[in-house]
Amino acid sequence: MQIIVPMQQTVDLVEELELNDDGTGVEREYLKFVANEWDEQALEEALLLKEAAGGSVTVVGIDETDVDGTLFSALAKGADRAVKLTGDFENGISSHQRAAILAAWLGTQEFDLVMVGVQSPEDLDGQTGVILANLLDTAHVSVAIGVEPHEGGVKVRQEFGGGTVHELALSGRAVVGVQAATAAPRYVSISRVRAAMQDSPLETLPAADVDAPTGTTVRRLYAPESSSHAEMLEGDADAVAARILEIVRERGIVKELS
Amino acid sequence: MGSDVFTLVEHVGGTVDDSTHELLGKARELATATGGRSVACLLHSGARAGADGLAADVVLSVEHPALEHFLPEAYVKALAALVADHEPRVVLVANSTVGMDVAGGLSARTGNGLVAYCNAITLEGDTLVAISQVFGGKLNAEVAVEGPAICSVVSGSFAPATGGSPDIQDVTASGIDNLTTTFLARIEPEASDVDITAEDILVSVGRGIGGADNIEFAQELADALGGVVSGSRPVTDAGWLSKTRQVGKSGQKVKPKLYIACGISGAPEHLEGMSDAELIIAINSDANAPIFDVAHFGTTEDVLDVLPALTEQIEAAVA
Ligand SMILES: Cc1cc2nc3c(=O)[nH]c(=O)nc-3n(C[C@H](O)[C@H](O)[C@H](O)COP(=O)(O)OP(=O)(O)OC[C@H]3O[C@@H](n4cnc5c(N)ncnc54)[C@H](O)[C@@H]3O)c2cc1C
Repeated sequence: MQIIVPMQQTVDLVEELELNDDGTGVEREYLKFVANEWDEQALEEALLLKEAAGGSVTVVGIDETDVDGTLFSALAKGADRAVKLTGDFENGISSHQRAAILAAWLGTQEFDLVMVGVQSPEDLDGQTGVILANLLDTAHVSVAIGVEPHEGGVKVRQEFGGGTVHELALSGRAVVGVQAATAAPRYVSISRVRAAMQDSPLETLPAADVDAPTGTTVRRLYAPESSSHAEMLEGDADAVAARILEIVRERGIVKELS
Repeated sequence: MGSDVFTLVEHVGGTVDDSTHELLGKARELATATGGRSVACLLHSGARAGADGLAADVVLSVEHPALEHFLPEAYVKALAALVADHEPRVVLVANSTVGMDVAGGLSARTGNGLVAYCNAITLEGDTLVAISQVFGGKLNAEVAVEGPAICSVVSGSFAPATGGSPDIQDVTASGIDNLTTTFLARIEPEASDVDITAEDILVSVGRGIGGADNIEFAQELADALGGVVSGSRPVTDAGWLSKTRQVGKSGQKVKPKLYIACGISGAPEHLEGMSDAELIIAINSDANAPIFDVAHFGTTEDVLDVLPALTEQIEAAVA
């Protein structure tokens, strides 16, 4: 089975998110970027599927900050090929644009299955995988929590609210949006990533020039104005603990304390 | 572009999900503003009764064997056909598994603008303005759509509307006879060792706890308080806690008397499961973490310092 895993770089949410000058996006120049965590789950599930069914895993990234590291790390984990689609993407990429670029590239590739993260923290115009599937006119399944070989195709476990699961069989080409891999993503040491950098170069080619309007305009980004921000407890851990004890006691939540 | 407001009905065998009633509440308001109708789209096989009593002006009932269970491919194609025929001003779907699997595809197939993760929608003249929760809930985006729009809506955003006597119209399904997806089975979640929805006190751990070995600090606090340990999705995905203890959109919805969030950022999918707790105390080293917007009290001290300190003080107070 030939599996393609698109990997997206997204801002590290632990960072303070500064806005750009006109307030319509985050200031990408100074932020730290990491691989989208759901794409990491998709990669893991793809590697597990390859181990079960044979075939290959190709990772493909668009030229976003630090994407090389993500692609080399995927190679070190067991991906067979890594492709980087270059271009000027400093201002970020909408999901529609991302999907259109990937669809154009996939048009030149042989593949059976695309496995991609179910969402990313930035996909305000929708999730890339589903858009991609519909541009390719293939089947798709989002919120997958397991993919295994099944009668020449795959069987996908799709999760719903509260933990209900549907099992679906896919018999043709398809795009699967992965929520969680069957196992936690494997760890790879820095030395193996370095080795991958030396052994297997990235295949680099220009991203297709696509016209993919989202039909939407971001007017502004802002931190949610909460009507009720938490009252912050001051002091060191012991002082904070003492205040929490007081609060819990006042409210009579723990009988032994009242 | 017409003026109707479409809502995708989410249901299992005709039993309609609460999220649909919330969407219909908003749809009615939007339809009043556009001067169009609120139209509910019920895709089903033998579950036409699901249309009864929906708070919509019209229900388009599309019946086909491929629509017996949720099949992403069938839903997208059937809904795209309805949208192409009727050209609604707005299509509302829930930001659920179903909605996530339909909204993007509908946008790709129709070219209509999509705003995901919406928690507010208004009309300013001809412009639809939606607020989208992005960056894990850390930022809101105000998004304008001039043409026909699709909004996927976060659960709990709108007041539900129920009780109606819609005009139910049967529509023939098109384009879904040859699918490459087959439904195999529906599996209900396993019975749980502990029912976190029945507990008064939850000490809930997130990725910020740092590793499986540190769960014991939360367990010790829970023991001292007479509560149990629950967690966020990454914690159960990593196997640090059993799946039955997961709080949130794809886990349990809880409403304890006390919820102590330990190293949980407060992503919308997590808040969906716990924001109604009576007292929420959040321990998170990031002062901008969205969890502080729903918490009553908070601290940015290290969770690995606060947990043992609190356990010690509570044990001392009880003794
Ligand atoms: C379809 C779908 C369904 C989902 N369902 C759920 C669900 O049911 N439940 C759920 O929880 N999530 C769910 N998610 C995932 C959700 O989007 C978030 O990824 C998740 O809630 C984040 O978990 P977290 O807060 O534990 O981790 P993170 O977001 O990584 O947050 C960790 C936090 O810990 C803090 N921290 C780090 N170190 C320390 C320290 N030493 N002391 C104090 N604080 C520290 C950090 O500042 C950070 O805010 C779902 C996602 C999807 C796509």
